[in-house]
Amino acid sequence: MTAAAATSNAVLDELREKIANLEGGGLRNRSVLPFGVREIDAQLPGGGLALGALHEVAGGGNGAIDGAAAALFVGGIAARTTGKVVWCLTRFDLFFPAFAQVGLHPDRVIFVECDREETVLASFEEALRYGGLGAVVAELVRLPMTASRRLQLAAEKSGTLGLVIRRWRRQTEASDFGMPTAAATRWRISVLPSEPLAVPGVGRARWLAELMRVRAGEGGEFIIGGCDGQGRICLSSDAADRPDQARRSFAVS
Amino acid sequence: MVIARSGSKRWIAAADQAATKLGLRVGMPAAKAQALVQGLVMIDADPAADLAALERLTLWALSQYSPVVATDPPDGIVMDTEGADHLQGGEELMLSGLVNRFRGRGLGARAAIADTWGAAHALARAIDRETVIVARGETDKAVNRLPLSSLRLPAETVASLRTLGFATVGDLAGTPRAPLTLRFGPEVGRRLDQMLGKIAEPIDPIRPADLVEVHRSFAEPIGAPETIEKYVSRLVRQLCLELEKRGLGVRRADLIVHRVDNTIQALRAGTAKPVRDIAWLTKLFRDRIEKIEPGFGIEKLSLAGTLVEPLVEHQSTSSLIEEQVTDVTPLIDVLGNRGGQRIFRVAPVASDVPERSVERIAPTADQDGATWPLHWPRPSRLLPRPEAIEVIALLPDHPPVSFTWRGKRRRVKRADGPERIFGEWWQRSSEWIAVRDYFVVEDETGERFWVFRSGDGVDAETGSHKWFLHGVFG
Repeated sequence: MTAAAATSNAVLDELREKIANLEGGGLRNRSVLPFGVREIDAQLPGGGLALGALHEVAGGGNGAIDGAAAALFVGGIAARTTGKVVWCLTRFDLFFPAFAQVGLHPDRVIFVECDREETVLASFEEALRYGGLGAVVAELVRLPMTASRRLQLAAEKSGTLGLVIRRWRRQTEASDFGMPTAAATRWRISVLPSEPLAVPGVGRARWLAELMRVRAGEGGEFIIGGCDGQGRICLSSDAADRPDQARRSFAVS
Repeated sequence: MVIARSGSKRWIAAADQAATKLGLRVGMPAAKAQALVQGLVMIDADPAADLAALERLTLWALSQYSPVVATDPPDGIVMDTEGADHLQGGEELMLSGLVNRFRGRGLGARAAIADTWGAAHALARAIDRETVIVARGETDKAVNRLPLSSLRLPAETVASLRTLGFATVGDLAGTPRAPLTLRFGPEVGRRLDQMLGKIAEPIDPIRPADLVEVHRSFAEPIGAPETIEKYVSRLVRQLCLELEKRGLGVRRADLIVHRVDNTIQALRAGTAKPVRDIAWLTKLFRDRIEKIEPGFGIEKLSLAGTLVEPLVEHQSTSSLIEEQVTDVTPLIDVLGNRGGQRIFRVAPVASDVPERSVERIAPTADQDGATWPLHWPRPSRLLPRPEAIEVIALLPDHPPVSFTWRGKRRRVKRADGPERIFGEWWQRSSEWIAVRDYFVVEDETGERFWVFRSGDGVDAETGSHKWFLHGVFG
């Protein structure tokens, strides 16, 4: 992109290196977890979700309250990692068979059910610092800037994937999602009508995945098919070549 | 019924429920009891054996519940549970669990938690409930109405106080102290103050002979958190060396802090499996060093492995191909010792009823690889209990055309079903012919829900034919 035009400029290169040094070694050579979908991976620096970073996911519409699609999206990401997954939350209303269906085995997931939000934050940070886990997931209502910086640093240090599911009590509170945090990416997953089948019935789930913010990259919107048995998403077939129209159909609904 | 004797006097020392019903009371002369009831079974009291049994119980409590435990003869155990209840899920759960374990063995027990030894002693004996918990700082109110006999005073003193018209602890506490002391000696005032927490009453903790324990005494009292941390990590190192010599790993470790004013504070850390790892144990204590209140200074720290289990070193498998999966037990321990959270895994249960198909198991339970059958769609969030919805649907087996949930009416665009789930008649006779028909429905915005109709749509015996929403799909 812009980098290609500037490669010849030695001064700029030098400045870039200086900035990279200031940002710390953790930001370079960081490994990523690709989605395996070319269009999405292209939007993410490094070609995938950065390991050793914090990622925020919220649901759109009613999903802001139940976080059903967001949780499944996160479950699919966690399923594609190796190692244990720690899942911190305040109220346990996950129905785990659904997560087993996206490839997240129950033996891999350790739940930490906390009494208060602050305890969730503390446990989340502790698990992020621990290192060696596949992913650490937290379901949070509020994520203040300072807390998110702490978590981001903890994730950077241990190289663990940190996933935050933002979930609110009321839909009006979801405007909190506009506040800046230190997370590397921010996603909003909204449900769309499922893939049409030739016969009456409910097909594969489809989601509108909005990449609202990504550090050192550009956001985007994708219409994706829900996680399959290995936690993989795919670009929804009938929407792949016509993203504009698909977006409009969402706006109508 | 148990009979105690002193010289030629014989009286009832303990009586079971049946005897109490017949009107026999503790303290009654044995001859009178025999006159009242025929065919009385009398056993001579054996205080020495009772004491030995109590001591055994105390040692058990030490390994299970709290680092500071002592016998409270003749019939009690006293524990300082501060800093240890989190391992049992909090005070309430700890207490009910304790009483239940006694009951499981056929023993009756009463337990109370209060700010002071005296108050807890009195509450456990005077209140006719199995568990009593008095909130912090409310001891005065709680003990006000207790009888004088719960003050741990000699029987003669209690009797003469009664003669003077004192009936409750509150009466006595509200009386000027000087005349009481003049008449009965300092004991009355001392017991009162101990109960109300005005003077300290340290518990002298019981210690089994083979306890793995290390101490560190200080010539000059210490108080700074950094200093405490330094010595704690030294103690942990010593303890680990000691454990290594004996081939043991610790499951419960207690840090006991002796302050200069002769009070003690204890911290207990529990682990999910035997541990002898210095860094791991140090971390468990370092997290909670801030909870230590040095007061006027600490003169002695001691660290004990209260519950130990054999720990055999085994070679860890290292393979070039196999990926290393990190052991998370240390993390589970760190989180578990924090308090305010429950750590668990979920495992499948062989049940078709959704809410019964998931159970919580210990995070360190064996991994058997079991999972749920994966061919039916399942929602990612399950409501805590199914919520009633208003539905327009064709009977007997059509999905809803529209439904109203939480005040919002939704038209169903697509649907799948029914998936029929039968009641577990082999478990509950009320579910003899109960049926639920589950449908996956999708409204026009694409939100997918899991709804069910109670009953098969034909026979009213199988259910009320009311509709419920049970889960939300992702």
